[in-house]
Amino acid sequence: MISTIKRFFNTFLLIELLKGLAVTGRHLFARKITIQYPDERTPQSPRFRGLHAQRRYANGEERCIACKLCEAVCPAMAITIESAQRADGTRRTTRYDIDLTKCIFCGFCEEACPVDAIVETRIFEYHGERRGDLYYTKAMLLAVGDQYEAQIAADRAADAKYR
Amino acid sequence: MDYLQQLLGPAWLPIWTLAKIIVIVLPLLIAVAYLTYAERKIIGYMQIRIGPNRVGFFGYRLIGLGQPIADAVKLMTKEIVLPTGADKPLFLLAPVLAIGPALAAWAVVPFTEDWVLANIDASLLYIMAITSMGVYGVIVAGWASNSKYAFLGAMRSAAQIVSYEIAMGFALVGVLMAAQSLNMVDIVNAQKGGFWQWYWLPLFPLFLVYLISGVAEINRAPFDVAEGESEIVAGFHLDYSGMAFAVFFLAEYANMILVSALTSILFLGGWLSPLPFLPDGFFWIAAKMSFVLFLFLWFRATFPRYRYDQIMRLGWKVFIPVTLIWILVIGGFMQTPLGYLFH
Amino acid sequence: MDFASLVFYFLAAILLLAGLRVVTAKNPVHSALALVLTFFTAAGLWILLEAEFLAIALILVYVGAVMVLFIFVVMMLDINIEEMRKGFWDHLPLAGLVAGLMAVEMVMVLGGDRFGLSAPTAKPASYSNTRELGLLLYTDYVYAFELAAVILLVAIVAAIALTLRRNPNRKNIDPGWQSRQTAKGHIRMVNLKPQHPEYKEADE
Repeated sequence: MISTIKRFFNTFLLIELLKGLAVTGRHLFARKITIQYPDERTPQSPRFRGLHAQRRYANGEERCIACKLCEAVCPAMAITIESAQRADGTRRTTRYDIDLTKCIFCGFCEEACPVDAIVETRIFEYHGERRGDLYYTKAMLLAVGDQYEAQIAADRAADAKYR
Repeated sequence: MDYLQQLLGPAWLPIWTLAKIIVIVLPLLIAVAYLTYAERKIIGYMQIRIGPNRVGFFGYRLIGLGQPIADAVKLMTKEIVLPTGADKPLFLLAPVLAIGPALAAWAVVPFTEDWVLANIDASLLYIMAITSMGVYGVIVAGWASNSKYAFLGAMRSAAQIVSYEIAMGFALVGVLMAAQSLNMVDIVNAQKGGFWQWYWLPLFPLFLVYLISGVAEINRAPFDVAEGESEIVAGFHLDYSGMAFAVFFLAEYANMILVSALTSILFLGGWLSPLPFLPDGFFWIAAKMSFVLFLFLWFRATFPRYRYDQIMRLGWKVFIPVTLIWILVIGGFMQTPLGYLFH
Repeated sequence: MDFASLVFYFLAAILLLAGLRVVTAKNPVHSALALVLTFFTAAGLWILLEAEFLAIALILVYVGAVMVLFIFVVMMLDINIEEMRKGFWDHLPLAGLVAGLMAVEMVMVLGGDRFGLSAPTAKPASYSNTRELGLLLYTDYVYAFELAAVILLVAIVAAIALTLRRNPNRKNIDPGWQSRQTAKGHIRMVNLKPQHPEYKEADE
């Protein structure tokens, strides 16, 4: 009986609703945790998976040996590879394309690569003005690798003990 | 002013009325624009976000105050897409049907004792009649779009508005019994005598019912099942884009401001000051409207959407009995010596 | 011609056109919406006659509630218009009879002074239609008024009783029962000790 009356008043005085309002009301004055992106940035992990790059050895030789493991493992089928024998008898790619509109940035290609040739960099602020701009060819990937090699190598070194 | 009146002769009255209409509608539209900004800001803050803060004027950010202007310009320049199989005349008529009543109701809303476009005797009835027309915009939009989601939204909205109009009407009956008038200026004047004399206290259950049915009537969260973006995408305005959508948006926010104005006038003493020694004036009604609008935004940030059968139960099986009982209570009290409490 | 008659002819023209659309429109939803317009303009005409309470009640009750439900139903119907049109002219005698009756009624109302009805006189500006109507309803006509209310109540109860079917197999949930539920009695808080043999609590 008492509980019925109590419930009646709780219902009609909207106690539960006021509790809910109190929660949101408190948060109105809480410290805001928004990061204002172009001015402020979140810290990135060395494992960050951004734009792809092709790496070279220190002597300038490209790492990729056209084993096509990355092409096989790619779940989005974004990688296209064609290979041929070079004049010195080694197997090299004649074509290594990544369609970034298909890519889901899962990082499988990087993990599959036996020679650390294809890697994902920290770059995420790139764009294309036409669809074709996001179709990265071998030359473009190598150019990215050449430009950011220091950063890429540092990230691999930082993460090496966990691999 | 007398000189102008003589100069224009019989054309004076229409021109003067038109001027007064513009003086009401223009600030209203600006208020609508900045209400959307306030909504995004306040709900953002309640979700520990910042909300829009980039768009400003002349290269200054000004905590994002330029955002509504940018939104308006964007919507005005977008294409209005006509869906295949839509009933074209009705499709284009629906936004007009939505915004018409939302603006027409302001004709009788008093801002202070003298600031009212048409001080008519049956202004409360007029408001009820005009606001009940607003549902046609939703229904016609839902039907003319030729889409099942829009249609579902229209059906929900129709049933919901018919249900809550009754409870809302009964809540207003309580007010007019207490004030013994249908004229809104008289209703406010009947609440004279400070904070405790305003009708929110003697008519507290009706105040709650009116506030909640008001939220339901304007299709705002937690009663926004007509839009229900998680189940029927966007409900009745699913197929609308560009300015046609913007007009629905305007109507919804103009209705929000209207309900806040009505709540302030009917239950919160309108332009009367809460303490007897402070002067009455427009400032007070603006403050009360802002408070009620803040409540609406607060509700939206707090409550999840009601389930449809629960909405119907609340309307028919809770609100209508509560209002009926309280009307009886008021009627009884008015026959006793305690009747002075109500006026 | 003064302003009032200009408004009258304007509203009357819309009223007649909308009324015609109610009958001639092929789509029932268009018909219903035309009927809404008819009611609305009729309310405008009544305001011209200074019957503002009736005008507002017409909008509030018919436009705001009855027609909403009407359109609600009409929208959900899937009618084959051609089928409906087949027997259209068979109803001519009945329609003619109704039209004739209405014409006679109109003549009697419009030519009221010939039948001994006095024309209404203009009221002073302070005259409140609503108040007068209320006084009349609750004094002279209180029994008729209450009777009408009871009849409506009986109709509501009957309509609900006719549609209320108790199906023992139904799986509907009762929102009232649901919203009465609290955590008490439904949730049991249990303090479980971890079972893993290697696990030791920090204080042990």
